[in-house]
Amino acid sequence: MTPLLATVTRKEARIALFGAAALAVAATLPLFDTGFYLSLALNVAMYVVLCTAWTLFSGPTHYISLASAAFFGIGTYSVALGIDTLPFPLLVAVGFVASAALAGLVGIATLRLSGVYFVIFTLGLAELVRQVVTWAQTNFTHGVGLYVFTDFTETHIYWMLLALAAIVYVTGWLVNRSRLGFALRIIGNDETVARHVGIDTARAKVLLFMISGGFIGIVGACLAPRFAYVEPPSAFNPMISFQVVIMALLGGTGRLWAPLLGVIPFTILFDQVSAYFPNHTSLVIGIAFMAVVYLLPRGVIGFVDDMRRLKKRFRIVLVEDEGALGKERAS
Amino acid sequence: MKRRTLLKTAAGTMLAAGMATGLMAGSAFAQDTIKIGASAPKTGPLAGGAAVTYWPAVQLWVHDVNERGGIDVGGKKMKVELIEYDDKTSNEEAIKNYQRLATVDKVDFVIPPYGTGINLAVAPIIAKNGYPHIAVTAVADGLEEFVKRWPNTFWTLGTSQGMAQGIVDLLKKMKDDGTINNKLALVSVADAFGIEMSKTAKPAFEAAGFDIVYETSYPLTQQDFAPIISAAKNAGPDSFVAFSYPPDTFGLTQQATIADLPIKAYYTGVATAFPAFAQANGAAAEGVLGIGGVNADDPKIQDFIKRQKEVTGVEPDYWASPVQYASLQVLEQAITAAGSLDKQAVIKAIGDSTFDTIMGEWKFENNIITKFWTAGQWQGGHFKGVASTGLPGEVPIILKKGWK
Repeated sequence: MTPLLATVTRKEARIALFGAAALAVAATLPLFDTGFYLSLALNVAMYVVLCTAWTLFSGPTHYISLASAAFFGIGTYSVALGIDTLPFPLLVAVGFVASAALAGLVGIATLRLSGVYFVIFTLGLAELVRQVVTWAQTNFTHGVGLYVFTDFTETHIYWMLLALAAIVYVTGWLVNRSRLGFALRIIGNDETVARHVGIDTARAKVLLFMISGGFIGIVGACLAPRFAYVEPPSAFNPMISFQVVIMALLGGTGRLWAPLLGVIPFTILFDQVSAYFPNHTSLVIGIAFMAVVYLLPRGVIGFVDDMRRLKKRFRIVLVEDEGALGKERAS
Repeated sequence: MKRRTLLKTAAGTMLAAGMATGLMAGSAFAQDTIKIGASAPKTGPLAGGAAVTYWPAVQLWVHDVNERGGIDVGGKKMKVELIEYDDKTSNEEAIKNYQRLATVDKVDFVIPPYGTGINLAVAPIIAKNGYPHIAVTAVADGLEEFVKRWPNTFWTLGTSQGMAQGIVDLLKKMKDDGTINNKLALVSVADAFGIEMSKTAKPAFEAAGFDIVYETSYPLTQQDFAPIISAAKNAGPDSFVAFSYPPDTFGLTQQATIADLPIKAYYTGVATAFPAFAQANGAAAEGVLGIGGVNADDPKIQDFIKRQKEVTGVEPDYWASPVQYASLQVLEQAITAAGSLDKQAVIKAIGDSTFDTIMGEWKFENNIITKFWTAGQWQGGHFKGVASTGLPGEVPIILKKGWK
């Protein structure tokens, strides 16, 4: 095998450089504002990581998972339960392992299902885990709420999420060029074919589901200090699962960076809507959502691809019309 | 070409004019109004509760203050301008809203959100921006530690231990008087509220000599309460205590009415004190005990209930609504006591002063109000406070006599 770095193409190197520069620029934000814009950027960063981690699995396999809230909550609870006894980085690792383990269990049980059965199961999963946690707290601990007192500010959490975003992108890139990534693309296109050419489809899907779930768990772990108080309804909020799917689909799932195109504009759009129409948020967001789905049926990434194609065609037309244009300019 | 330039110029002029008016309006406001920001659910799971308890009380207070010419700040009357946002019952959204209020809208003070979890989640951000945080609809244990960490927080609705102890003491007194026997059914919802309440109440009931003949907990989304009520009926207790949440409070009571549960003391949790409870249950509501309560004979409370209906069209509940209003009276009187809009001075004034509110005289002890209502009872169409931790105006309790 050739060493990893030697196989990086020039285009990939260019993208990596551009990505690193973008991250570096984003990381300077707290130097300018630690108020509202940092909070908004933190929410954007949170959903960027969540949606990208979600796309890691759901992009190539086309399985819609609504289990994000379950993994997120497990990460949050890993930190909340251990914050008084263990160092924070270790707890983040615990969050990753616990979420990945849950994803593995769920994957083994359900990834043989496909289509709507999988969606329904993952939807129930977050609620199931939430009830189990509540039950455990009822019977083995005192209250239901847990305080998470740390010295982390929003700036620290924001930087943690940016670092995590970088890790998720690199992981996604590595998976994509591995045998696993190739296997998943085949599964996504036709699972029967994949099985016939000798791919262990269940194993591949479970592995990737674990990676994806583990990262979502880390996001939950990183955000626990932001909320100061952790209780099942906020940790296992089903809205997280839906938001992740909506934003990822709005961006498009064809490429790893496509969710970015959904998360950034739509977080800002939703924010503006709730700032200017505080009493009609649901109505306006509903209309905006319908408009987006109607105008951009393949997500923002589809629109970007269309524009590129159009530009190419336009360039050809330009070359043909150059003479005519030149005359017009002269007159 | 020319036309486009013209259009651009016109648009630019209009934009500039608009901005100029906006700026002028802004600077004019800044001189004689106090900007106050509020964020609470208008959508999401807690929106229903906030629509009864939070928003109408806030609106009424702003209306009242402005009608009397504003808040007295160092001898000058300043009107209140309210900026409100929807937190969609989400922690992230709430944190962002308070950041926006503090750093973009640059409000002078904030009204904390609705709900325990969200109140605790926004506390660090409110503290970072230096505002006083007078929480109402937040009932959690371990607040003393929270106050040590964030001394700008103030807690007004009481503690779950206090609430649970209140109903235990009430029933114990009835038992000792011989009006009820020692058999009790204990039901709780498997969520934060029900768990914390029954954690305190169960050992306290046992210590008080009660025999818990039936005990169960049910999940938050339970719809069918027939099994619970019929099992309780079979066990034959004189007292029925349910630490329940809004949909279940209604469901349990309707089922008890259908089954004609023979009971002498019937207690349910959150939403028993809502006016909708009496509307939904009619005559069956008479004699039902519930969490919360107000001094129903106090003219200040009666005036508050009447005026909130007139001004906002929403009838207040008989528990947290008047406390929400009282918390804003605290803010108002603390600003006047401090004589300025300086946040630190106002925080100090809240901690040090005694306040005259519709809930009576309030004085914070280590940032917590320790005198609060623990239980009330529907009597003659009004929900009256029957037990408190040392407040005046408790009315005598009546026995539950049938469901018609």
